[in-house]
Amino acid sequence: MSEFQAEKKVLLEVKDLKVSFFTHAGEVKAVDGISYTLRSNEVMGIVGESGSGKSVEAYSIMGLLQSPGKIVGGSVHFDGEDLLAYTPDQMTEFRGNRASMIFQNPMTCMNPVYTVGDQLIEALRSHRKDISREEARKRAKEMLEQVGVNNPERRLDQYPHEFSGGMRQRAMIAMALICNPELLIADEPTTALDVTIQEQILELMKTLKGRNNMSIIFITHNLGVVAEICDRVSVMYAGHIVEQGSVNDIFYQPKHPYTKGLLASMPRMDMVEHERLIPIDGTPVDLLDPPKGCSFGPRCRYCMKVCLNNPPPAVAVGEDNHVCACWLQVKEMLRQKEGEQLE
Amino acid sequence: MSEDRKLLEVQRLRKYFQVKGKGFRRQNVQAVESVSFDVFKGETLGLVGESGCGKTTLGRTVLRLYEPTSGRIVYDGTPIYDSEKKLAADMLPYRKKMQIIFQDPSASLDPRMTVGEIVGEGLSVHAKNLSRNERDERIKMLLDRVGLNTEHANRFPHEFSGGQQQRVGIARALAVDPEFIVCDEPISALDVSIQSQVVNMLEDLQEEKGLTYLFIAHDISVVRHISRRIGVMYLGCMVELAESYELCNHPVHPYTRSLLSAVPLPDPMKTRARQRVVLEGDIPSPLNPPSGCRFHTRCRYATSRCSQETPELKEVSPGHFCACHQVDG
Repeated sequence: MSEFQAEKKVLLEVKDLKVSFFTHAGEVKAVDGISYTLRSNEVMGIVGESGSGKSVEAYSIMGLLQSPGKIVGGSVHFDGEDLLAYTPDQMTEFRGNRASMIFQNPMTCMNPVYTVGDQLIEALRSHRKDISREEARKRAKEMLEQVGVNNPERRLDQYPHEFSGGMRQRAMIAMALICNPELLIADEPTTALDVTIQEQILELMKTLKGRNNMSIIFITHNLGVVAEICDRVSVMYAGHIVEQGSVNDIFYQPKHPYTKGLLASMPRMDMVEHERLIPIDGTPVDLLDPPKGCSFGPRCRYCMKVCLNNPPPAVAVGEDNHVCACWLQVKEMLRQKEGEQLE
Repeated sequence: MSEDRKLLEVQRLRKYFQVKGKGFRRQNVQAVESVSFDVFKGETLGLVGESGCGKTTLGRTVLRLYEPTSGRIVYDGTPIYDSEKKLAADMLPYRKKMQIIFQDPSASLDPRMTVGEIVGEGLSVHAKNLSRNERDERIKMLLDRVGLNTEHANRFPHEFSGGQQQRVGIARALAVDPEFIVCDEPISALDVSIQSQVVNMLEDLQEEKGLTYLFIAHDISVVRHISRRIGVMYLGCMVELAESYELCNHPVHPYTRSLLSAVPLPDPMKTRARQRVVLEGDIPSPLNPPSGCRFHTRCRYATSRCSQETPELKEVSPGHFCACHQVDG
């Protein structure tokens, strides 16, 4: 699998991205130095709890960050071009055309006073000026059909409130994909939906990914959804990526205590009846006053002295770009090296 | 764990909400339609279903926080509501025995009251003879029991994280020493790493105090973990009810089957290899529910009988009930 991936071109490269919010109470480092690469036709899952910075990171790639948020360091390259150097006009051209985004709550992201058809047509015509209204309407209808909306001709003239939650999410996916973007960022797209509808949407995203040859960044806190749709996973905690690897590495060989903790604390359908859950103790980090060393340190059962004072470096812990930021792994690596030297 | 004593019996319970229809006509939202079940002492009965299926309404109607439209509720041998005999008991003495934990911890705590006042409010109604010192002592004990600091009594709800706020909600429910607690989605608003802390605490409290839970949630993996028996609801009706192992491993009702197969497993290989029963379409509106079996519009096994006759909840194997014409025991 890794050989195959190496052939694919790199679509998005994020390096040491830092985003801060300058609030009255002080600087909040929402994203504190994260790096990853996304290849074409790949699905990258970003998992984390609320406040871990997963959405902020996506917003900064799309240039949607609002004051008092600010990108304070790092770089974002899309297909070789520096996104952070784009002018607002260039960014407008980029958004919706080459990369688009879908959100958790479709109702708040659609304009309630325009019909769904108008909004689809607007999305297309603002990027493809040469398309006539009639042709755009035809495309919009095809798009709705593709995402599984029944009776698209009638649906085009309806308003968002006439759609059910699942249908609205489909309409939003249609709107995001109408310009054939290379990158789709999905910010908790199924969190507000019921499981049976979630299933429908995930199936749809898988099909469309194959058909349109696009890459997806899938932001969620639901590990079950990640297991189902993602190729690679980044686990975020308090603005850092604590572990990153292929979906199999993350689920079958997790290295970071936080990843392990998350997996052990979830009730799962394949678990023995009434087996006790192993929770992660403590409370999430206060980002205004983060710990000096490893941000997970205060909640970690393996916490050592070094963890409290020094942030851990990311080290490779296996093949296929499996990296983990934890002092335990550094220790493990040093021990292995020593062993080799003794031999 | 189970002395098989019925603590709560619910028979043919209905709850309709009146809403404005077109013009002067009134319409009914049939939120809960003729639901019957028993809860045994010391057990946890889980209720699952998708949004809008009436599980929260059912939980609240059982406590008569919503007045039922019709039906019968018996608590510990005494009827507290019976529409045929026109009986509606005074609930105040029962409030001491039946409590509720709400879904949204921040919305269910009064922002102008301190945590101590919130937890102690029930005591001032149901334990009037406590002296001030005794009361404060009780409040401290309760906060300590749910894993909060005793100094937290003087703080306000907004000073706490979601998980801590939910602990306050639990302490409030425990204050009057209830026997029966309706847990209405107590963990769905919490972060994944905090959810398991609260689930474990609820289990410990049950063991310690011999509590009985009606546990409502949309996440079937959580319900399966905590419950002894599970009831599945669809559009106001109970469609299947069985022991949790039986229900998860041998589901009978077509809706339960697709619900179970839609739950994503946190295991990439298993979840991708699984056979799916993907449901088509959306849940119909409870304003105008389908005739007969309410699931027949989305059911792949539906026949003409399903659209005419409403199926009864029947026992298909010992302790396993299902409401479906296609499953005949």
